[in-house]
Amino acid sequence: MTATTTNANAQDHLPAPPATAPPAAPPVPPAAPGPPATASRRTGSGLPTARLHPLLRRLTGDEKHEASAHSTLDVLWVLYDRVLRVSPDTVDDPERDRFLLSKGHGSAGYYAVLAAKGFVPEEWLDDMAGADSRLGHHPDRLLIPGVEIGSGSLGHGLGLGVGTALGLRAQGLLDPRVYVLVGDAELDEGSNHEAIAYAGATGLANLTAIVLDNQSATHGWPGGIASRFTVNGWSASTVDGRDHDAIHTALRAHRPDRPHVVVAVVEPKE
Amino acid sequence: MMREAFIETTTDLLTEDPRAALVLADISAAAFDPARRAHPDRVINVGIREQLMIGVAGGLALTGLRPIAHSYATFVLDRAYEQVKLDLDHQGVGAVLVSVGASYDGSTMGRTHMSPGDVALLDTLDGWTVHVPGHPDEVPGLLRAAMRHDDPVYLRLSTQVNAASYGTDGRLRTVRRGTPGGALVVAVGPMLDPVLAAVEGLDVTVAYTHTPRPFDGEGLRALAGTEVVLVEPYLAGTSSRQLAEALADRPHRALALGVGRADLHRYGTPADHARWHGLDPAGLRRSIGEFLS
Repeated sequence: MTATTTNANAQDHLPAPPATAPPAAPPVPPAAPGPPATASRRTGSGLPTARLHPLLRRLTGDEKHEASAHSTLDVLWVLYDRVLRVSPDTVDDPERDRFLLSKGHGSAGYYAVLAAKGFVPEEWLDDMAGADSRLGHHPDRLLIPGVEIGSGSLGHGLGLGVGTALGLRAQGLLDPRVYVLVGDAELDEGSNHEAIAYAGATGLANLTAIVLDNQSATHGWPGGIASRFTVNGWSASTVDGRDHDAIHTALRAHRPDRPHVVVAVVEPKE
Repeated sequence: MMREAFIETTTDLLTEDPRAALVLADISAAAFDPARRAHPDRVINVGIREQLMIGVAGGLALTGLRPIAHSYATFVLDRAYEQVKLDLDHQGVGAVLVSVGASYDGSTMGRTHMSPGDVALLDTLDGWTVHVPGHPDEVPGLLRAAMRHDDPVYLRLSTQVNAASYGTDGRLRTVRRGTPGGALVVAVGPMLDPVLAAVEGLDVTVAYTHTPRPFDGEGLRALAGTEVVLVEPYLAGTSSRQLAEALADRPHRALALGVGRADLHRYGTPADHARWHGLDPAGLRRSIGEFLS
């Protein structure tokens, strides 16, 4: 490990300590086994890779990795290509669907999709996190058209999503749906569980959570992720997070009386 | 009582203003039952979940509503500070945060229910208006004004009150006049009455404000000579930076009185705590007298 290697933790983007630093804690025991792996390495079979790959390359400068290296890309593409009723022309329309990226890290895939769908100019991709760039390693809603929330600190999207869903309902906006994407490790943050319990107890039916599960939670989720939601009254679908038709079907499986969660399982984080 | 004034005004606002929404975390929920029955979609009690309370307020504001979020100061600000920073400020939306349990109002409940650092915490953020009313009659006007825009506002309610209400537009208001150019004592919110009692017989000017943020630096410059005493009902020194900036080009001496930082590990009454922190009339008289002598 060198001083330029980044840490594995999703919220820690500072350079890792040098190898000479004494270990601060005993070795972490192996994580508990995750849910039954339904993920297959499909390398994003439904992705328009000819379109997305050049965009990702502009963002990351990375020639080697395929689009599939981005764990959220398949879910994001299905959302923006088939599900969300929002376009570059309707980013301020009260009737639009809201997509809240809570898992703000790994934003390159998000930006590539936003560029592919015309929300941001492709030129913006060339200087990610530069001094004059509108695109950082975490998205900022005040800088990017179509981005509903600024995120990065984990555990904020679901609470904002619950408030957004309540606000729409209170104003008689009954058609728009609120989608919040979180990560399985992000669920470690207790704030998520405040939102999950409340949304379930009150039957907040215009809310869909999507958990991108790449089995990166340090202590795992014994008993499965979906059960954290269903025990609180949510409906749940667990699908292969690379299978676009399965993701699409799951995203449409919400019911009229309760919030819905889609657990999208992808291969474990490397 | 300030809390009753808040409940009554908010209940009216929910009827008058379709953009008004209220988010609770169980505290005061029963008192808002009639409002909740009348406006079930805009009176939201999330249970004992303060992170969610602020997150929900942020989400409501993102859809164009004007949320009020309310709990004990320690739960609104100390506990949910990062939600205030990120779910409101960073998203570019505001809310009206209304607290009870100012500083040691909840003295019998101990340190867990005290929040002398709430205004200092908001000072780490940008653009907050902070109201610290000194009398229940000041509450309705402040709350109504806060609901007419979308900027972030903190309304800090207390069980410590002055005998009279002082309507101001947020600027310092002279309550007691000493020799012009002489010593100035600035009392914030409920500190006014103890200050007036403390300075009896002293040649000082006393100015009052219920709005320490934005701080009326211009008013301070107009009233201050070279000696200024700040008396605040939250952490001592919270407004010292504002005072220093206002008088930066003028030689001056300043004394900042307020609640100490130590956890006293004591119960007792708010009056006991005022005495222990030197904020009762006798303690204030000692500190101010020493400073001016």
